[in-house]
Amino acid sequence: MFKSQTAKIAVVCAVLAAVAIVVPNTNSFLILLATRILAFSILVMSLDILLGYTGLPSLGQAAYLGVGAYATAILASKYQFGFGYDFWLVVVIGVVLAAALAAVFGLLAIRATGVYFLMITLALGQCVWGLAYRWNSLTGGDNGINVRGRPQFFGLDLANEITFFYVVFGFFAASLLVMFVLVRSPFGRSLAGIRERELRMQILGYNTWLHKYIAFIIAGAFGGLSGVLWAHTAGIVSPENVIITTSVDAILMAVLGGAGTLIGGVIGTTIVIGLREYLSTLVPWWQYVLGAVYVLTILYLPSGLMGIPERIRQRGSESGKTKVGKTEDQEKLASAAS
Amino acid sequence: MTTIMNKGMRPLLLGGCIALGLAPLSNASAEELRIGFLAPTTGIFAQIGKDMVNGFQMYLDENKGAFGGADVKFIVEDTVGKPDTAVTKAKKLVLQDKVHMFMGGLLASTGYALAPVSTAEKTVYLSPVAAADDLTQRQLDKYPYFVRTGFSSSQPSHPEGQWACDQGYKTAVTIGADYAFGYEVIGGFQKAFEACGGKVVQKIWPPIGTKDFGPYIPTIKRDADIIFTLMVGPMSLQFPKQLRAAGFNKPVLGGGTSYDEFVLPFMGDEVIGHVSALQYSAALETPKNEAFVKKYREKYGKVPSYYSESNYTTAQMIDEVIKKNNGKFPGAEDFVKQMSAVEIDAVRGPVKLDESRNPVHNIYIKKIEKKKMFGYDKEELWNTVIKTYKNVDQFGQFDKAEFLKQPVYSRDYPPCKYCQ
Repeated sequence: MFKSQTAKIAVVCAVLAAVAIVVPNTNSFLILLATRILAFSILVMSLDILLGYTGLPSLGQAAYLGVGAYATAILASKYQFGFGYDFWLVVVIGVVLAAALAAVFGLLAIRATGVYFLMITLALGQCVWGLAYRWNSLTGGDNGINVRGRPQFFGLDLANEITFFYVVFGFFAASLLVMFVLVRSPFGRSLAGIRERELRMQILGYNTWLHKYIAFIIAGAFGGLSGVLWAHTAGIVSPENVIITTSVDAILMAVLGGAGTLIGGVIGTTIVIGLREYLSTLVPWWQYVLGAVYVLTILYLPSGLMGIPERIRQRGSESGKTKVGKTEDQEKLASAAS
Repeated sequence: MTTIMNKGMRPLLLGGCIALGLAPLSNASAEELRIGFLAPTTGIFAQIGKDMVNGFQMYLDENKGAFGGADVKFIVEDTVGKPDTAVTKAKKLVLQDKVHMFMGGLLASTGYALAPVSTAEKTVYLSPVAAADDLTQRQLDKYPYFVRTGFSSSQPSHPEGQWACDQGYKTAVTIGADYAFGYEVIGGFQKAFEACGGKVVQKIWPPIGTKDFGPYIPTIKRDADIIFTLMVGPMSLQFPKQLRAAGFNKPVLGGGTSYDEFVLPFMGDEVIGHVSALQYSAALETPKNEAFVKKYREKYGKVPSYYSESNYTTAQMIDEVIKKNNGKFPGAEDFVKQMSAVEIDAVRGPVKLDESRNPVHNIYIKKIEKKKMFGYDKEELWNTVIKTYKNVDQFGQFDKAEFLKQPVYSRDYPPCKYCQ
């Protein structure tokens, strides 16, 4: 197990390094796309903590992206705040506001599970959308807010797409690392335990409500970070960013790549944004490809694209008849942790 | 199992191969004019997007794909109706395809999202449809590369309000989609109507996309002389039906999109007699328009809407500028300057731009009639022009300086003084 774990980490690091080296040498549209993918991936990974590790299918994750993005846009457009070193303050504000919102929403949502949790988070997400849409004086309503210009600090000018890509890449890599450490920590393991069987964890003496609540807030905080970056990436923040389809997109991306793997979410995001925003510039039938990817993944790879190596291994062990009697639960736990 | 796995992977691989293999290389040649076009070609607004593209394409085809000797490379990108996708695609057009100009965008929000891209990338942005008022009003200075060739939302409403007064109507109830375009169209009507003595006594804002007006219609004050509506898309079809079913017989006026030719063919006889205002009607009785309608209908199987006309005319305007430069693109700044000076005799009538780069053109007051037109043998609904206000600019009957002092029309502006 340990060996394959190290190998996996090595692969991820190698791919990230390759991305950091290759992307800036491609054309500027691809750099822009890569930046968008990285910024949105943080949201998808944050959702994965809930969906994949804790078993909480949140349908309102876009709300936290929205809080971070709107905070950035409002500070920038109304107060010209966040264009220098104070950008870091904006990051903190975005993260804290999103975490605070998650703390409030969590109180309401965490009591529910399964489809009820889904519906409560959906409703709460829609509240945020309603505010964004109707609070004209603050959010600009349907028109949204344009974020003009990007921050400059340490002699870095983020208006340069390559510099900005590296900054977003840095945030992305740091988020990935923090979340990875989190899910492998005892806290992360107990989240997986809650996902598998909450009652058992309660009997073992865990305060499962508190665990879920904290996970919810952490996910919200990362959502806020994603939002701050998104506002500067897209240059516009509008109710479209907090609308239900954005939340659904995030879920689809996480599931497509493989929930409970973190990296799966990144792969899912890459595929969906890649198809939607790159393939669509090449062929008019990109939607069929996207649809086919969704359907086929759900039919044949219920554990997402990240399940492919696992399936190959399974087939190998099946044919060699060396499969040892692991219970399904153990297996899931193991794959969740890896 | 292997086959199943392969099946699952195949589209992915295919997609990947296409993505990698077909990466377009932009090779710039002097005689090529690259125009990027942003329209929703998928999603709920896909049909309108198609009308937009068709209008432009038709002019291009008529001119054998060239403007003033320059071959036009016309690149259509899908915005999916989302502002931030529109921004990404606009950047793609500018950065990867190196377009000389990009145009399009449907919703007001898309217009507001795209205009800053033009400023940041120093690339011309033409807006044939996105009508957001402020782009050519209070925020004009921020967007030096922006030219509007369609209309600003409230532009047709100003004459329409005046027209309502002229008919002797005293009181009105407004009911309109709850978003920026709705505020601006209704705000313009209210300002004009109240300036000539009318009173708006009630304003109702159903959310955009409302399909059941059951909760709203009974609240309409029945003693008002007229109803002014602003609907978009499917809302346009549903509202008149339910209004008629509720036994409402007062005159109905509307913003252009409530009855434009995009929705008109799908409407029933209940809309006969309804009045709207816009810079274009397919029933405009000029030889130019008759030829346009016939040709468009033959080519695309439907009557052109203002979405088509506006893009056709925009193509004509670009052509005009490029011709003057003997097939060369004069650079963004000069292009904007020359574009602002263009005066053409378009399908919709004479068009020129004011100093804020917004069109000055005729506004037609149109009444829906069922009749035969242009030699078609079936009785159809047409937006018959009953009055023409000539050469109307975006400020209409109001003084520009004073107009710009007031805030942009919104849900709360103008305030409803006569509402109880």
